[in-house]
Amino acid sequence: MKFQVEDVTVYFPYDHIYPEQYAYMLELKRALDAKGHCLLEMPTGTGKTIALLSLITSYTLSKPQNPVKLIYCTRTVHEMEKTLAELKVLHNYQVKHLGPQAQILAVGLSSRKNLCVNPTVLAAENRDSVDAACRKLTASWVRALAAENPNVPTCEFFEQYEKAGSGAVLPPGVYTLQDLRAYGKQRGWCPYFLARHMVQFSNVVVYSYQYMLDPKVAGIISKEMQKESVVVFDEAHNIDNVCIEALSVSVRRQTLEGARRNLSKMQHEIERFKATDADRLRKEYNRLVEGLAQGGNLPLTDTWLQNPALPEDILKEAVPGNIRKADHFVHVLRRLVQYLEGRLETENVEKEGPVGFVASISTHAGIDQKTLKFCYDRLHSLMMTLEITDTDEFLHIQTICDFATLVGTYTRGFSIIIEPFDERMPHIPDPVLQLSCHDASLAIKPVFDRFQSVVITSGTLSPIDLYPRLLNFHPVVSRSFTMSLTRDCICPMVLTRGSDQLPVSTKFDMRSDLGVVRNYGRLLLEMVSVVPDGVVCFFVSYSYMDGIVNSWNENGILKEIMQHKLVFIETQDVVETTLALDNYRKACDCGRGAVFLSVARGKVAEGIDFDRHYGRLVIMFGIPFQYTLSKILLARLEYLRDTFQIKEGDFLTFDALRQAAQCVGRVIRSKADYGMMIFADKRYSRHDKRSKLPGWILSHLRDAHLNLSTDMALHIAREFLRKMAQPYDKAGSVSGRKTLLSQEDLEKMGESIADEMLR
Amino acid sequence: MSCRQVVKRASYKSKIKDPGTPGVLTMTENKFVFRPNDPSSAAKFDVEFKHITGHKNTKEGTDKPPWLNLSDKDRSYIFEFGSFHDLHVCRDFVGNALAKSGEAAKASSAAKTTSEKSGVTLPDEQLSTAEMQLRMKLLQEDSELQKLHMQFVISGVLTESEFWATRKKLLDGDSRTKSKQRVGFRSSMILDTKPMTDGRMNKVTFNLTPEIKYQIFALKPAVHQAFLTLVPSKMTEKDFWTKYFRAEYLHSTRNAIAAAAEAAEDEELAIFLKEDAILASEARRKIRRVDPTLDMEADQGDDYTHLPDHGIFRDGSKDVTELQNELYRRTLSQDLNRQGAVVLQGRTVDVDLEDPRTVAEALMQSRQESDESAEQERLDRITRMTEIEDLQEHHDHPVAQLCIKDPRDYFDMQQVNALKTLDDSRTGTEQKKCSLTTEEAYGSLREAISKIKSIGLKNSTVAPEIAITVLNGLTQNISSTKYQLGKNPQDSVLDSLPNKTKEELLHHWMSIQELLRHFWSSYPITTTYLSTKVGRLKDAMSQIYRQLEEIKQSDFRHQVSLLVRPMHQALDAAFQHFDADLQKRAARSGGETPNGNS
Repeated sequence: MKFQVEDVTVYFPYDHIYPEQYAYMLELKRALDAKGHCLLEMPTGTGKTIALLSLITSYTLSKPQNPVKLIYCTRTVHEMEKTLAELKVLHNYQVKHLGPQAQILAVGLSSRKNLCVNPTVLAAENRDSVDAACRKLTASWVRALAAENPNVPTCEFFEQYEKAGSGAVLPPGVYTLQDLRAYGKQRGWCPYFLARHMVQFSNVVVYSYQYMLDPKVAGIISKEMQKESVVVFDEAHNIDNVCIEALSVSVRRQTLEGARRNLSKMQHEIERFKATDADRLRKEYNRLVEGLAQGGNLPLTDTWLQNPALPEDILKEAVPGNIRKADHFVHVLRRLVQYLEGRLETENVEKEGPVGFVASISTHAGIDQKTLKFCYDRLHSLMMTLEITDTDEFLHIQTICDFATLVGTYTRGFSIIIEPFDERMPHIPDPVLQLSCHDASLAIKPVFDRFQSVVITSGTLSPIDLYPRLLNFHPVVSRSFTMSLTRDCICPMVLTRGSDQLPVSTKFDMRSDLGVVRNYGRLLLEMVSVVPDGVVCFFVSYSYMDGIVNSWNENGILKEIMQHKLVFIETQDVVETTLALDNYRKACDCGRGAVFLSVARGKVAEGIDFDRHYGRLVIMFGIPFQYTLSKILLARLEYLRDTFQIKEGDFLTFDALRQAAQCVGRVIRSKADYGMMIFADKRYSRHDKRSKLPGWILSHLRDAHLNLSTDMALHIAREFLRKMAQPYDKAGSVSGRKTLLSQEDLEKMGESIADEMLR
Repeated sequence: MSCRQVVKRASYKSKIKDPGTPGVLTMTENKFVFRPNDPSSAAKFDVEFKHITGHKNTKEGTDKPPWLNLSDKDRSYIFEFGSFHDLHVCRDFVGNALAKSGEAAKASSAAKTTSEKSGVTLPDEQLSTAEMQLRMKLLQEDSELQKLHMQFVISGVLTESEFWATRKKLLDGDSRTKSKQRVGFRSSMILDTKPMTDGRMNKVTFNLTPEIKYQIFALKPAVHQAFLTLVPSKMTEKDFWTKYFRAEYLHSTRNAIAAAAEAAEDEELAIFLKEDAILASEARRKIRRVDPTLDMEADQGDDYTHLPDHGIFRDGSKDVTELQNELYRRTLSQDLNRQGAVVLQGRTVDVDLEDPRTVAEALMQSRQESDESAEQERLDRITRMTEIEDLQEHHDHPVAQLCIKDPRDYFDMQQVNALKTLDDSRTGTEQKKCSLTTEEAYGSLREAISKIKSIGLKNSTVAPEIAITVLNGLTQNISSTKYQLGKNPQDSVLDSLPNKTKEELLHHWMSIQELLRHFWSSYPITTTYLSTKVGRLKDAMSQIYRQLEEIKQSDFRHQVSLLVRPMHQALDAAFQHFDADLQKRAARSGGETPNGNS
């Protein structure tokens, strides 16, 4: 369908549109007009992504004189694939109705691991070894060598791509990772470098958060994006955590041991070069005297992870004299490693600010702040000079240099915490030195500054006023949309008691109580016997899930559950979990039905949808609070209280409930879909906890469903399922409030009414 | 039949919860007797099979003990046996006895004695017991067959062998077993190999059946592989399983250190304790074909915070595991996931489970037949999944629009209702006077128009009562059976009949078919046996003929006669042929010399 949003003609690939999608587009359009940032919360299952994509592509089409580029950031690769699939539907529609002028180029970008088509490189296990294997074949000096000596192996795909030169371009279209690989294979071009190259020409780029937020990665990938871009962070409820992680480094014993090995290897290489090619080292020294560590534009294949500090904090000046010589630098690093080793040998938990830590390094190891700050760039330069291709081997020393650079650069918003062992397993010594960032606004600040519009959107951003404070920005539009429903297709319930009327909770003192474990088991058992197809359960942690599943196994509940449905479990092994999910879907498809047991802060909760028959019921066992005794969390809470005046308790509850809401929100995809949500913990019945849930869940949570026991919940579930099986009026035209708009409807009422409808 | 009596040790329970009275159960052809071991116990009885109305038993492989439940009108007898074998023997016996007593009851009501029957069964062949059992089983499984058998064999119209002679195919064992549905795995199969300890002795027992062996092979390719290489060249099968269960036991104690220590000493044991390498490689292969919208493994290749030592290491959200002896740690979750995969794959082997060696080999073969890449199907699925279903028109409507355009459709649908009203109130049969002359119709129309002109359209032009009468009349009239009968291909006449009549008709139809088949196959008549048989058949057929006539007198004369006509025709033809043949033979035997050489 085609309609006007103010002065923009929007092409939308479906025949109908939800009113909230229309309102969402309207707000988004106003934000784009104002060239400002915005914060939009819209319930899951209302087609957020397609609304966003349609509006922004149509906006570009209607303003051909200054086209905006869309940079769409997703949290995971599979979400990236999903977004690109939706974009493909949209693109096909727009091309069909507008002809070739609507053609765009959209690429998904990922690492070499996910894009490489060279079988020898792909044989490597993880990302880092794939990266290294690729470098071994494509680094500029390797290729130079290969030009002389045909026995040196190179990558045929990359060579082909190079040979094609500027002719190597992608024709317009939407390319998922799969498509890129297929295209690369067909043309014999390296898909990774092709995609990297095409990023600057494409209208839509889809990649993961890190490519935008992590300065190490953003420095190489997102450097050349123009200011007139719209950056979208989808499913952004956890964006503060991503920002914090991007600037945090941890150092463990293994890291230091690895770093020592790396240093001796480098020393060895330096000696070798001294003997054979002393000129090269001298050249490097001269370059460093002249200016920056980075020697201008590197060949595409030589680029490496960038400085971990944010771009504006990096000093644009010459490297200090004491580390210009390769030998000297290695010595400095040795001293640093030794110092860190000394600090790890502690018996108590220590917490320190960066300023104090730098001062202590200066007195004990004789390394000043400026030297620390330049560590990373200096290391990078040295590795280039030494022509090191097996970068995966040198990750440890890189970590140390990251740490040094961050500690030398920032004076506030960070703390250094040294823990001799894990709180929960005090008998196993495992010291960690953690440089932990507390301020999420640090990492995202350059993004807000550089791009004219940043859109932060998710199904759960409640309370919506907290995010501008956490991320320190001023949105021009900040809105939370409700869901207009033709029927009550979601059914949230709060279950506080088991079938024996005793309270259930995962509170620390109750969670191992056998009665609670049994009540939770009975709940699941009763539910699987009633609910068709897929049932998803979320637990508060892996260890809790393991424990409870084992005790269900022992007292026979698991066996009874398995009489109704197959059971699949998320494990910490990603491959196994992926296969389990795949099988879970198969079981739902073939009608056998299955239960998926998963963890609230795990990988599955983060991005897998359990829509339609893949999830008719979600049970959230307990409230997924963070581990409150964690020293890092405590430090962050302290920082938040002091800097943003956010109370500890408020933040913890907010954080736990956004996770819970995120988990249960995965069941619904469209208004034709339906699903139940059970919050199984007595604490959910308390107002202060419950009220932190997003509005679209709260509005469906009836007072009668606030304090249920297992048998009552079972009754409600039966009734609900029966009700959902009835035919219903999709458009909601009878009840007066339309929930599905056609093109005529939109033309008739004009935007003011649509806007009003949702207020 | 095969054995006239079964004696088994069993305990009797009056209720399921009852602990049971041990004793001896004796079953004979027409009754079963229970004598408790303790003669003073009150639980002794002697019941005839003819009172028993049903029997149930527990299935092998469930957690229930072997129980047989015989129930009559007001009570039930539950017997617990020592083993499933006993149970099966008794169950089969009861099945036979019940079928027989049912037959006997029918037979006695028809006032035909078995002696008469045995007099007719002339060319009776000796049957093996297996054959007999197969026949019994077929009869039990197929109620229609049983009915026919009862009607003709017991009443003596057909002999046993005649009856089965036309059903050779059914008796052919192979074709039957093949068409059977394959039973999948149970969802809780990994729990089958749970160790059992009796509290007193320091001994752990594992149960092992051919089924369980197969399950183990399917679940654990490494064990399967080991079996193929080790048995019988290196160790006996018994040793193999003992070792396997020893490893299982070590797992169940969740003592990874002990497992590691044991594995270090015994390399074969280590195979069972270590992670399954075959599974791991299979997982790597499978992960490439996983739906990209749930491929979390791809994330790991993308996410730069998963660089070692970057990000926050110990914030409490990540869980801690002890890394020592990781090799020997197998978790319940892994097992559960593996089981799910195997159950979904289903049974791939169709061989006798008794010999583990053949099972293992067959399974290996089925593993090698790797499935083709489902790339296209995967892509289709993604596009299907991305579309938001309720925002667009449906691609195809599975249901018909509820919009009546063609009035005939309406009346076709109303046929059932019309019939019902006909049935309920016989008033419908009197035809209303529904033919009007043109003048009359014109007159009434004019009248109506003038009425509207004078009053306006305030009230409905036609009184509701009149409207409904007209509608009803039309409905009944138009969709009346006379008009529709046999002309509408979608609506079968048979379905419109009441159930009782319908069943009766179907039964008669089946009986006639059976009899006619026998009748026609008896010609030309060469022996006296055949002529007596034809005589018997003719009597039976004329009896059915009369019954059909009776049914025709019922309320649904039209419909029934339509259906009965072909049956009568077929029977008439048979009678005619019979008479003609009889005359011919009579003439021949009269014309020929009595010495019979023709």
